[in-house]
Amino acid sequence: MAENLVETLADLKEKEALKIVEDRLNAGEDPLAILGDARKALETVGNRFADGKYFIPDLVYSGEILKAITEMVKPKMSKEAETKRLGKVVIGTVAGDIHDIGKDIVVFMLDVNGFEVTDLGVDVPAEKFVSAIKESGAPIVGLSGFLTLAYDSMKETIEAIKKAGLRDKVKVMIGGGQITEEIRKYAGADAYGGDAIAGVSLAKKWIGAG
Amino acid sequence: MEKKWEEMTPEERQEELIGKWLSAGGVEFASPEAEKLYKDRITRIKDAIQMKKLPDRVPIFLCPSFYPAYYAGITPQEAMYDYDKCCMAFKKFITDFEPDGNLGAYVPGPGKLFEILDYKLYSWPGHGVAPEQSYQCNEGEYMMADEYDALIDDPSNFFSNTYLPRVFGALEGFKALPMLPGILEMYGVAMNFIPFGLPPVQATYKALFEAGAEALKWMGAMGGFNAEITAAGFPMIAAGFTKAPFDVVGDTLRGSRGIMVDMYRQPDKLLEAMDRLTPLMIKMGVGTAQVAGHPIIFMPLHKGADGFLSDEQFKKFYWPTFRKVMMGLIDQGIVPMPAAEGHWTTRLDVVQDLPKGKTLWMIDQSDIVKAKKTLGKVACLFGNVPSDLLVVGAPTQVKDYVKKLIDTCAKGGGFIVSNGAFFDQAKPENLHAIVDTAMEYGVYK
Repeated sequence: MAENLVETLADLKEKEALKIVEDRLNAGEDPLAILGDARKALETVGNRFADGKYFIPDLVYSGEILKAITEMVKPKMSKEAETKRLGKVVIGTVAGDIHDIGKDIVVFMLDVNGFEVTDLGVDVPAEKFVSAIKESGAPIVGLSGFLTLAYDSMKETIEAIKKAGLRDKVKVMIGGGQITEEIRKYAGADAYGGDAIAGVSLAKKWIGAG
Repeated sequence: MEKKWEEMTPEERQEELIGKWLSAGGVEFASPEAEKLYKDRITRIKDAIQMKKLPDRVPIFLCPSFYPAYYAGITPQEAMYDYDKCCMAFKKFITDFEPDGNLGAYVPGPGKLFEILDYKLYSWPGHGVAPEQSYQCNEGEYMMADEYDALIDDPSNFFSNTYLPRVFGALEGFKALPMLPGILEMYGVAMNFIPFGLPPVQATYKALFEAGAEALKWMGAMGGFNAEITAAGFPMIAAGFTKAPFDVVGDTLRGSRGIMVDMYRQPDKLLEAMDRLTPLMIKMGVGTAQVAGHPIIFMPLHKGADGFLSDEQFKKFYWPTFRKVMMGLIDQGIVPMPAAEGHWTTRLDVVQDLPKGKTLWMIDQSDIVKAKKTLGKVACLFGNVPSDLLVVGAPTQVKDYVKKLIDTCAKGGGFIVSNGAFFDQAKPENLHAIVDTAMEYGVYK
């Protein structure tokens, strides 16, 4: 039965997946076990994306199904789910840029892969990244941007991190539509990711979980 | 006797529209040299598009976003609110770099108009983004998941009574507009006019009057600019725009997340809505081209890029109605100019199913070698000089890139040198490098 949910959700069969969840809840099963299976399924979704079998709509849809499952499961939970977290990531779209879709997919994929993500939103000033790094102690920073103006905002953000004396404490990845290796060098980032799963792989590598 | 439009073949219609473009709408040229430059430029572009004979050299386009403002030392905010400054900046850009084709000064748009209408779909300089930054779209669900039937049933009514009041705060009063086909005979007329007596509806009409006046003022500036730049010998490369139906729904109605989920949860509704929108999108392009007397209609492409859809989804949801719109335009003599923003490498095999010499494609970061071998066999391509290179590269790198592009793509015609994505930033010397290299290296012998 447990495997059933993992497989059904990974295959994006929404109605069937929700029915399994309903049945398992009615049978009195531990909600945390159900959520655990859902996470496992989302990992499979991520792997299929990395293998080129799934595409962005599949990631988005899997997130929607997970949302529905979480809503069903939540009322039955006595305590907050304490999932094992791999590490912390601070992420945001850099100053001057308000694009959020790409960033949101990265946040979602990091989250389902076990990272604790501080999402600073869009149009995030450099100082806000710096204070979030200080507060959270996160060893990984993600800078997102879609516009060419983001090149300079990324550079300025990384310089601000440097100035605050935090540059050797964090690894910085950048991503977005017009981001290339040239821009990684220009901005002074450690790496850039071409898609959400590349971002997850980088994060895992950097904390030694990859 | 001249043939009537209805009797012409698509080829004859295309020639007719190109002829109108060449005639420059009666604009008086600044000099005989300017007139010759203008006509040579259009002929060069025409030859590249039609792929029947080689142009004298590879044509050159430069397609900026807000770059001309920055280049002229004004902010995007100034460009949006001071129409004269905007025209000055775009004129400086065009006359300094001298591309064969330009996109006019339409990018910034009238800031005051957006303010009057309380436009919510975008944040613009001084309204949600800083004065020195470009406007950006606020994606959202401006059409809800359960509103497909309303859209399909009556798109115009859905836009006026539901969509427009959501994206324009000042059009709140449209929500109360009557159903116009209900105004049938004397009995019942009065009932349908009651909304126009209500204060919220009247407030909306007051805003509309103001908005209309501002739109005219802006269009006056643009018209003056177009005449001036044409008189100086620089043709504009697009008359207006239309969109692929998938992008109509995915960009500003349901949003990216919404349309992606709809493909799974209500695929038939989505397909039906796109079918409904297809003739409207054709009409939109045809109308603009006819009024402007210009053959090219721009089509910005967004949600069909690599990775945004699976191959099957692209073939099922994106391509059929996109192709129908293009074929509808082509039938009316129009050259659709789709801009394949981002990466479209995996789509090239599919989108090459088009008649030869009828479309003009802006290619951004797609594999250009593959693009030339597939789509490039039937369509003129332009673009591919990358944004990052323009910002952080050196002129020698740009020169090498453009040379290589010409080597790869220009042989046999059907190619125009251009930047690949609408740009805000660039080193001026890199733009000069694009133009100079193409002038020097792009001559057909």
